[in-house]
Amino acid sequence: MPDLLLELRSEEIPARMQRRAADDLRKLVTDALVERGFLYEGAKAFATPRRLALHVAGLPPRGQDVREERKGPRVGAPEGAVQGFLKSAGLASLDQATIVTDPKKGEFYAAVIERPGRETLDVLAEILPQIIRSFPWPKSMRWGKASAQPGALRWVRPLQSIVATFGPETETPDVVPFAVDGIVAGTTTYGHRFLAPEAIEVRRFNDYVQALERAKVVLDVERRKDIILHDARDLAFARGLELVEDEGLLEEVAGLVEWPVVLMGSFDETFLDIPAEAIRATIRANQKCFVLRRAGTDTLAPAFILTSNLVASDGGLAITAGNERVVRARLSDAKFFWETDKAIRLDDRLPKLYSIVFHEKLGTQGERVQRIAALARELAPLVGADPDLAERAATLAKADLVTEMVGEFPELQGLMGRKYAALQGEPESVAAAIEDHYKPVGPSDRVPTDPVAVAVALADKLDTLVGFWSIDEKPTGSKDPYALRRAALGVIRLLIENTVKLSLLHDGYQAAADGLRNYGGTPRIEADAALSESDADAASLLAFFADRLKVYLRDKGARHDLIDAVFALPGQDDLLMVVRRVEALGSFLETDDGKNLLAGYKRAANILRIEEKKDGRTYDAAPDAGQAATGEPEERALAEALAVAREKASAAVAAEDFAGAMQALSTLRAPVDAFFERVTVNADDADLRRNRLALLNALRAATREVADFSRIEG
Amino acid sequence: MSSANPLSSAVDLAPKTSFQGLILTLQRFWAAQGCVILQPYDMEVGAGTFHPATTLRALGPKPWKAAYVQPSRRPKDGRYGENPNRLQHYYQFQVILKPNPPNLQELYLASLDAIGVDMKLHDIRFVEDDWESPTLGAWGLGWECWCDGMEVSQFTYFQQVAGIECAPVAGELTYGLERLAMYVQGVENVYDLNFNGGTGDERVSYGDVFLQSEQEYSRHNFEAADTAMLFRQFTDAEKACRTYLDAGAPTGESDRHRMAQPAYDQCIKASHVFNLLDARGVISVTERQSYILRVRELAKACGAAYLRTAGGGAA
Repeated sequence: MPDLLLELRSEEIPARMQRRAADDLRKLVTDALVERGFLYEGAKAFATPRRLALHVAGLPPRGQDVREERKGPRVGAPEGAVQGFLKSAGLASLDQATIVTDPKKGEFYAAVIERPGRETLDVLAEILPQIIRSFPWPKSMRWGKASAQPGALRWVRPLQSIVATFGPETETPDVVPFAVDGIVAGTTTYGHRFLAPEAIEVRRFNDYVQALERAKVVLDVERRKDIILHDARDLAFARGLELVEDEGLLEEVAGLVEWPVVLMGSFDETFLDIPAEAIRATIRANQKCFVLRRAGTDTLAPAFILTSNLVASDGGLAITAGNERVVRARLSDAKFFWETDKAIRLDDRLPKLYSIVFHEKLGTQGERVQRIAALARELAPLVGADPDLAERAATLAKADLVTEMVGEFPELQGLMGRKYAALQGEPESVAAAIEDHYKPVGPSDRVPTDPVAVAVALADKLDTLVGFWSIDEKPTGSKDPYALRRAALGVIRLLIENTVKLSLLHDGYQAAADGLRNYGGTPRIEADAALSESDADAASLLAFFADRLKVYLRDKGARHDLIDAVFALPGQDDLLMVVRRVEALGSFLETDDGKNLLAGYKRAANILRIEEKKDGRTYDAAPDAGQAATGEPEERALAEALAVAREKASAAVAAEDFAGAMQALSTLRAPVDAFFERVTVNADDADLRRNRLALLNALRAATREVADFSRIEG
Repeated sequence: MSSANPLSSAVDLAPKTSFQGLILTLQRFWAAQGCVILQPYDMEVGAGTFHPATTLRALGPKPWKAAYVQPSRRPKDGRYGENPNRLQHYYQFQVILKPNPPNLQELYLASLDAIGVDMKLHDIRFVEDDWESPTLGAWGLGWECWCDGMEVSQFTYFQQVAGIECAPVAGELTYGLERLAMYVQGVENVYDLNFNGGTGDERVSYGDVFLQSEQEYSRHNFEAADTAMLFRQFTDAEKACRTYLDAGAPTGESDRHRMAQPAYDQCIKASHVFNLLDARGVISVTERQSYILRVRELAKACGAAYLRTAGGGAA
């Protein structure tokens, strides 16, 4: 079976776009083939800085023949209809049509149209230029003379040549005949820009890969990554060092070279005074080099790994020396930042925060810090933190934003603050909270556990959420420019994973809103407006938390209907309690008692729904014990059990003993079952009937002590 | 090309030994490619791109090839002469080729070869860097060109200038001359660069030429620049730009604009005045955006006017 080889050679493709582009190329070509009925055995795409390549193996040489029968008009139909049929079926005269007899419709004409399958080569020549012209680059450009014309080809950088061949392994393949904006597909490509500048002729995938390899191009990014990683580890090992591995950097570096040559450089030991993270950040971000540590320790070594794209004639001496020069200049800057920063106390930096606008409508960073500090102080007792320490940590938490180091490397925010705080003698928990108050960032990040850090982290996120809610900047669809979903998830994880009880409305919303009123916010929150569930912002923020909590619990395997069932109860603004209740409810519903009670509930609810609709009234009055006493024994038993169970469940809920509440409900199972078995709800006696419906309503009310059972599925 | 001048055998104009030798070499190289070698624009600009030979000539259909040195001012980058790498006044070597030739990357590499960068020894890389000038309403795709991990040039295919699509696209190369010279001369401090290629008493360093100016201008940029005057100048330049655009606007007799370039000078002026005000720290974050926007509006209006001139290809 023949194979397709496609190579699109261009000027340097940004590293971050290569992997996605290779995937897109494979998908677009194979989808287009399959759509036209061409199946294939396998497809693999590749990317280097200067080329995208695709190999599709096992394509048929041509498509399948298509036989189609087309019905025409009945025999004797008007001339116009016959002519139309002949034209559409491509027949010259009726002699070429057959006559088919249908028992109902009589005789009519039919034509058999046979279309031979198309040559795969022709189909490729049709689809490849279309795919190239509409390729989904995140950013693309025009270039050269052709760019003067509208509709000029766009590519990520100028496209230089196209190789496209199709054919079986045993014969010389054909060139897929097409051209895009004057670039004619052929069999010529080029290898490494400097190491093998001559043209290469290629025929099919296998000799393509080998020819490239001879021309100092490693086509497969995974191999390039392997080479870099292993050579880097070996070089490090030989010097008693260890590579500080970094998958993101490795991927990027592999996208910057066609022929990786790993070298080691060093820098002056005195630079090691700079915090390790800052050394790593500058060497990584600016030089795209790896740092090293002394084997078996956490201490950085004064050395780095660079990946060049050249087998240099001096063995890489000049390249290493050049990189060392640049690293030296960068580290000199970093050291200067570090020394300058250390000379100024974090407290003295606070005034500067007032000149940085956090958000036009939410005041400056300085005002935000005031809010977070006040909120952290209020939250402190709830999380078991010392209020003074929490306030202190919050006050200093953003001060590092105006340090030189964080100005240069924003990703070091928090961490540098911690270092500077420790240096100026702040308590350890304050210093740690400065770093950790940004956490957790996302679902897999570490959640702080120290109470001071928890207080500041909660205050930071609640201020953000309540602030943006108050100015109506809520996330919509895929748009969440202020990362509010992440902030809400952060609050959820901080509360649940540290088992913190907190009323989101009172301790969270209201307290944060107070802060906004006092410092810098311009929210719709009126100074004297009573904040309650009726407050639309508060309610919508709580609903947002409920949604985020569902996502969080779903990832942990909880049923979303149970979460709904709990949130349907009024006043559910303590997420820890919600989670506990959902857990207890989940376990209860796994038991036989739980399942049967749920079934009984559903039956009761159904009857009530139908009868209430029929009667045009509700049966929400309490059942009359005296009336029940005159009825069946099962009726009396249920009335008594309901009274007891409801009271017990209510007391257990008040004591936050949700398992106990479920336990109390489980005692209802037997009387409910017995009631439905023996008692006719729709009794002829109107009083009896009314009271029995009231009993069912009492069951509904009892279950509402723990959850809204109507939201539970199954 | 050492000792090119028979009267002074003490100077060596090889790029490896003199700053001006580097400039002369690049000029000769690009002259040989058919570029007109221009002199710097006679106004204060933040980058070589602001020179009308780039900004305005990048617009419209007419082919254009030019190369020139442009002194560039970045008031905020002043370091009182104390930083070995940062300057508030430095030189860019700018090349603009419209449309970009298909082998622009090869030409660029050949120019590095001409100044003595041996491709067998040095690791040259094209690393993604998308260029954007919010004040000029311009953007393009391209790279930072790295030599052994150091950025030595910017390489951009202009897609839009003054808010107008480039048709055809121009290729722009910008060499940071001091940095490149430091690399080829092998010095770590810009002020140590040999400027004239002389030795002994004949040697003139970059510091001899520019150290005092860096100190004086840093004082000026950060401490003394008269902000009241600058605010006035910004408004004046903005107004003058509009006035000249109106005065030169096409009349009944002709479709051509007659004063696009003088108007654009005022746009350049406004941009530089804004940079000075920014360095003085008197423009808040929110205001900053609006100033940038105002300059961009001028640039756009000038670009649109230029398209209606002979140079812009108007009929």
